[in-house]
Amino acid sequence: MKDLIIKGGRIIDPANKFDSVGDILVQDGVVKQVGTGVSAGPGSEIIDARGKVVCPGFIDLHCHLRQPGYEAKETIATGTRAAAKGGFTTVCCMPNTNPPLDNLPLVEFVKSLAEREGSIRVLPIGCITRGRKGEELSDMAEMARAGVVGFSDDGNYVKNARLMKCAMEYSLPLGLPIIEHCEDPDLAKDGQMNEGIIATRLGLCGIPTAAEEVAVARDILLAQLTGAHLHIAHVSTKGSVELLRWAKQRGIKVTGEVAPHHLTMTEELVLGYNTAAKVNPPLRTRADIESLIEGLNDGTIDIIATDHAPHTLNDKLCEFEAAASGISGLETMLGSLMKLVDTSKITLPVLIAKLTSEPGKLLGGRFGSLKPGVSADITILDPEARWTVDAETFTSKGKNTPLDGETLKGKVICTVFGGAVVFNDGQ
Amino acid sequence: MIVRSIRSRRPLPVPFLPPFVEHRELRGSAARGEKLPVNIQIVMRHPLSGAPYCAAPYVKANIINAGDGWHAHPTQALLDLYTIMNRKDRVAGLKVVIVGDIKHSRVAHSNIWCLTKMGANVVVCGPPTLLPDGLETPQRLFPGVRVETNIEKAVKDADVVMELRLQKERMQSGLLPGLREFIAGYQLDNKRLALTKSDSIVMHPGPVNEDIELAAEVLHGERSVVNDQVTNGVAVRMAILYLLAGSKEL
Repeated sequence: MKDLIIKGGRIIDPANKFDSVGDILVQDGVVKQVGTGVSAGPGSEIIDARGKVVCPGFIDLHCHLRQPGYEAKETIATGTRAAAKGGFTTVCCMPNTNPPLDNLPLVEFVKSLAEREGSIRVLPIGCITRGRKGEELSDMAEMARAGVVGFSDDGNYVKNARLMKCAMEYSLPLGLPIIEHCEDPDLAKDGQMNEGIIATRLGLCGIPTAAEEVAVARDILLAQLTGAHLHIAHVSTKGSVELLRWAKQRGIKVTGEVAPHHLTMTEELVLGYNTAAKVNPPLRTRADIESLIEGLNDGTIDIIATDHAPHTLNDKLCEFEAAASGISGLETMLGSLMKLVDTSKITLPVLIAKLTSEPGKLLGGRFGSLKPGVSADITILDPEARWTVDAETFTSKGKNTPLDGETLKGKVICTVFGGAVVFNDGQ
Repeated sequence: MIVRSIRSRRPLPVPFLPPFVEHRELRGSAARGEKLPVNIQIVMRHPLSGAPYCAAPYVKANIINAGDGWHAHPTQALLDLYTIMNRKDRVAGLKVVIVGDIKHSRVAHSNIWCLTKMGANVVVCGPPTLLPDGLETPQRLFPGVRVETNIEKAVKDADVVMELRLQKERMQSGLLPGLREFIAGYQLDNKRLALTKSDSIVMHPGPVNEDIELAAEVLHGERSVVNDQVTNGVAVRMAILYLLAGSKEL
């Protein structure tokens, strides 16, 4: 493998509190040297990153690669290529596949597929309960040994509180987080979008914010009781942010993530029965967005994760109530969030931390930094580049995005995984 | 052409069948040299909100919304407006009280849009579980209406009281304890009718659950215009089809 030198970019590495213009030397797939005075040996490959931002490869703690079972929506091959295009070098895939990832052979299957066909690192998440049915625990310890990085019934809430308590207790010696999809199914029953005047106008059944918040509150108390690490997936409401803040102040071991669409879009996008804006949890209000951003800045919300949920054209080309929930988000993540940087809602280093060092911490500190010696997972982005979203050109099979046709500022131009260029804009 | 979605639970009720789109009449039009596409109007009733909007981009014919989910029932609102206009000098300034299951009622939703547009003061009245969400929050996406859960207060000095049909499944889903409480709280009977203006009218989109939403004495009383609504429905819907077919005059 040839040496690789990334020259002259603004290197932002939050894990090592590094933010300065410099070069990165990559040898044999690992980071060798970061900073100034890096010299290129003969025959090294050089990437000119002047005027660009260079940071650790992004980590997506929450995406749906759909394989096995829903290959028409996405595969590990297409999903990881889309992720590389979005600047990700590590993705954690949710287990709501068909069959659900709730046992060792399936985890091994996904890992071997990712090994053979994936462009980047895929870390599977295993089910909390067998078949995601919420009735009995899955083989959590066996899956932990096989390399899952957490447990989740994502898409379903573990409604039985006693079972959730057991799952948390059982997860303790495994040292892995319980990632909960917080949504009370009775409160959210038949729900299509955020409850409120827009749901009323459209004649759609609303999902109250309390459907999420009662679930968050219950699980925080169970985490307090058990001492387990609870990670709240896709936080979408002001009330959830406040509950998380309360829990963290009391030293409860809880972390939280937010999806790009919940930081940038409101429920008004649903007007006109726009199925591209149908997502679960639903798009909320301006007040929720303000609170989520505040949570990102004060550390209440640790991580930004895409909840990339690809669907086929037919899954979305139908009546709103019949349409699937989810947004294809890997390829628009950076462009949509740079708007928050440009409007001074968050700083670029904070944004990068939420995509690198923070999810890296949750994964045990193995990824998400540019410390010499680690796998050379590096993303180069142009914060000034303007581009127009054309869903048809997505690498992901899921073309379902409410951002189609929008002009965004900020683009990933190169992604390096293990020292190899896995995405290069324009090639 | 009458279109029934595969998801529809039931066909269009008989009074809604506009006579001149029956196949026989189409043949008559064809004999007069009209080409088929000119005649086609799609009348669509669908259990899911927004279905006509979903279909519209894919056909060239006009789609007439004959009721979609909880969302809208525009032709009902127009026939209700027509019925009110027949009985009152003007709509602006009238106090119209809509009583019952507002939340799940496309009739209520379309009437709120229609009557507020015409300048009426609309009051909605029902148990909190059957009222739409977000009416109290100031916003620009839905007409302003007054919410009143007490029927005696709501109907006081009303010009029009419109009761809505109560679906029996509301009891099973926990929204209501039972019919007895609904009747006690929200049925319009002669006693409550006496609180309205002396020339008030009583409406209901039908079919009426007699002695549930409306006491029999009110339904069959002199203030009831329920039969007028049915009659006017045919005329208004014919007019809509006629206008949308591109006819120059009524």
